[in-house]
Amino acid sequence: MTEQAKAADHHRMIWALAGALVLLNGALVLGGLWRDWAWPAVAVSFVMLVLICERVGRLVPARLRGLYERALALGFPLLILVLWQIGGTFGLINPIWFPPPSQIGKALWDVTVNFDRFSETSLLGRPWLIPQAWSEGGLQGVGALLGESHLLATVLRVLAGFVLGAVPGILVGVVMGVNQTVRLMLDTTLSAIYVLPKIAIFPIVMLMFADPFGEGPKIVVVALAVFILMAINTMAGVRQIDPVYLMAGRNYGAGPWQLLRHVILPGAMPVIFAGLRIALGTAMIVIISVEFLRAKQGVGYMTYYYWEVLVPEKMYAGLVVVMAMGVGFTAALHWLQKRLMPWTR
Amino acid sequence: MNTETTPAPKIRARAVYKTYDTASGPTAAVQDFNLDVADGEFVAIVGPSGCGKSTFLRMVAGLEGISSGSITITPGPEKDRPSNSVVFQEYAIFPWKTVIENVAFGLQMRGIPARERLEVARSWLDRVGLAKFADYYPHQISGGMKQRVSIVRALANDPEVLLMDEPLGALDAQTRVVLQEELLRIWEETRKTVLYITHSLEEAVLLGDRVVLMSAQPGRILEIYDIGLPRPRSFGTTTLPEFAEYRAMIWDKLSAEVTRAMEMQK
Repeated sequence: MTEQAKAADHHRMIWALAGALVLLNGALVLGGLWRDWAWPAVAVSFVMLVLICERVGRLVPARLRGLYERALALGFPLLILVLWQIGGTFGLINPIWFPPPSQIGKALWDVTVNFDRFSETSLLGRPWLIPQAWSEGGLQGVGALLGESHLLATVLRVLAGFVLGAVPGILVGVVMGVNQTVRLMLDTTLSAIYVLPKIAIFPIVMLMFADPFGEGPKIVVVALAVFILMAINTMAGVRQIDPVYLMAGRNYGAGPWQLLRHVILPGAMPVIFAGLRIALGTAMIVIISVEFLRAKQGVGYMTYYYWEVLVPEKMYAGLVVVMAMGVGFTAALHWLQKRLMPWTR
Repeated sequence: MNTETTPAPKIRARAVYKTYDTASGPTAAVQDFNLDVADGEFVAIVGPSGCGKSTFLRMVAGLEGISSGSITITPGPEKDRPSNSVVFQEYAIFPWKTVIENVAFGLQMRGIPARERLEVARSWLDRVGLAKFADYYPHQISGGMKQRVSIVRALANDPEVLLMDEPLGALDAQTRVVLQEELLRIWEETRKTVLYITHSLEEAVLLGDRVVLMSAQPGRILEIYDIGLPRPRSFGTTTLPEFAEYRAMIWDKLSAEVTRAMEMQK
């Protein structure tokens, strides 16, 4: 078959599949059967969509390949949001438990601009009131204003816990990677604590603080999770360094500190950063669950609070904020990685 | 094999033994190794794979302990010159440092200020035609270039002796010939004392003033050959009838050792 004939074949196939897709779902909706057959219908539709996109992909010329790939990566989640919206409007999805994206967006706007009088909090801390707070109470006034922010509270807890856990974690990991005695002594213990859900030891951590309900225990439990992960990952990173680099370092006159600075740390850096990515995800899980459990403030608290008072769209708004935070932190880490590891590009 | 001449040898190895303590009992890697390398001499060591020639080099470099015997490198008149620098088969240039940072590494470790060490590194890169790759990272350059960087890193460190551990072993045949010629040229210019490990007999004969033939495990010296080929040498040297004679003479003994080594591995 010639290239042209193949292309024509692809075109025919795309139209046939698209037609079948619309026909199948249309028939189910019109026949009132869609809600009962929702899962099989979604599964079949997805497979057909994949087949369509594959054919489209073969027709895309090489110079538009990048555009096509981006369209696919961003278009699919967008399609889900659109379908979710349509499904909600036409009653195919229960809008009470699965409020359509437009409602979630509206709720997100609401929690952003409104102040919650009951818990005396707001999502961002109403930054538009900063000038007023400044003229009335100076720096302290601004602090008090931002102190009501859910987002800021969570961000500060994650950052503090992350730094307090990652720095000693990397240090201990390096020692474990370099020294067999320390490694043998600590490895089993760390592996055992690693699998322990950190939320399960939160009550113990609370007891260690004079103010069990303050910020201390929340930060420390995040730090603990990050510490364990970073110690284990850094150790693995140090151990995978090709011994020939250590030999070269020593042969060219590096002392222990120079070896650490010029060979061990940069050699372990890729694995350390992979560990930081994982630790970030874990830190988010831990802080959100701690806030679910025991906090008067924070994005996790906000999310759970709106679940308890049965305002699902605001609960979803909280989840959106959590996701946005994750994306933001990951981007920051990526930026840091590019700065610290210029040789990987 | 005259070891009693007057000026102190640059490298002196006396009754060197290396035994590894393995779970299945001690294994001898190097046995009764005696070798003197004169100042400015290029000595090549050949032997079947696994004969302990790399182990010996690492012992000279101080990267591996000696079970018994002694190895000394006589220091020269300049006080803070490093005693040796190794060129590794796997290049071992740091992927996280640029080409020029790699070349300047030894100087940096010795506390030479940045301006000065980069100047030295740049002049060495110039000599091997790598000046325009100074700011590249190793993953951006070819294998042949990486090994050039590795060789130049050792030379920029200006050691008493240069220890080369199969430096061209991982390269393709053509790149290898080009680098052999480059090595010959640089050696003519610097006249460093070189201990050169290789598994290529041609390479050993082409480069070395003397060729040390080692036995299969445990590694002992079987024979030391003086290579009387005229210097300066180049790729053209390999077409000389004397070259072929040396090669045939050493190959006679080496092939027997290689066969023995293969049989031992069975």
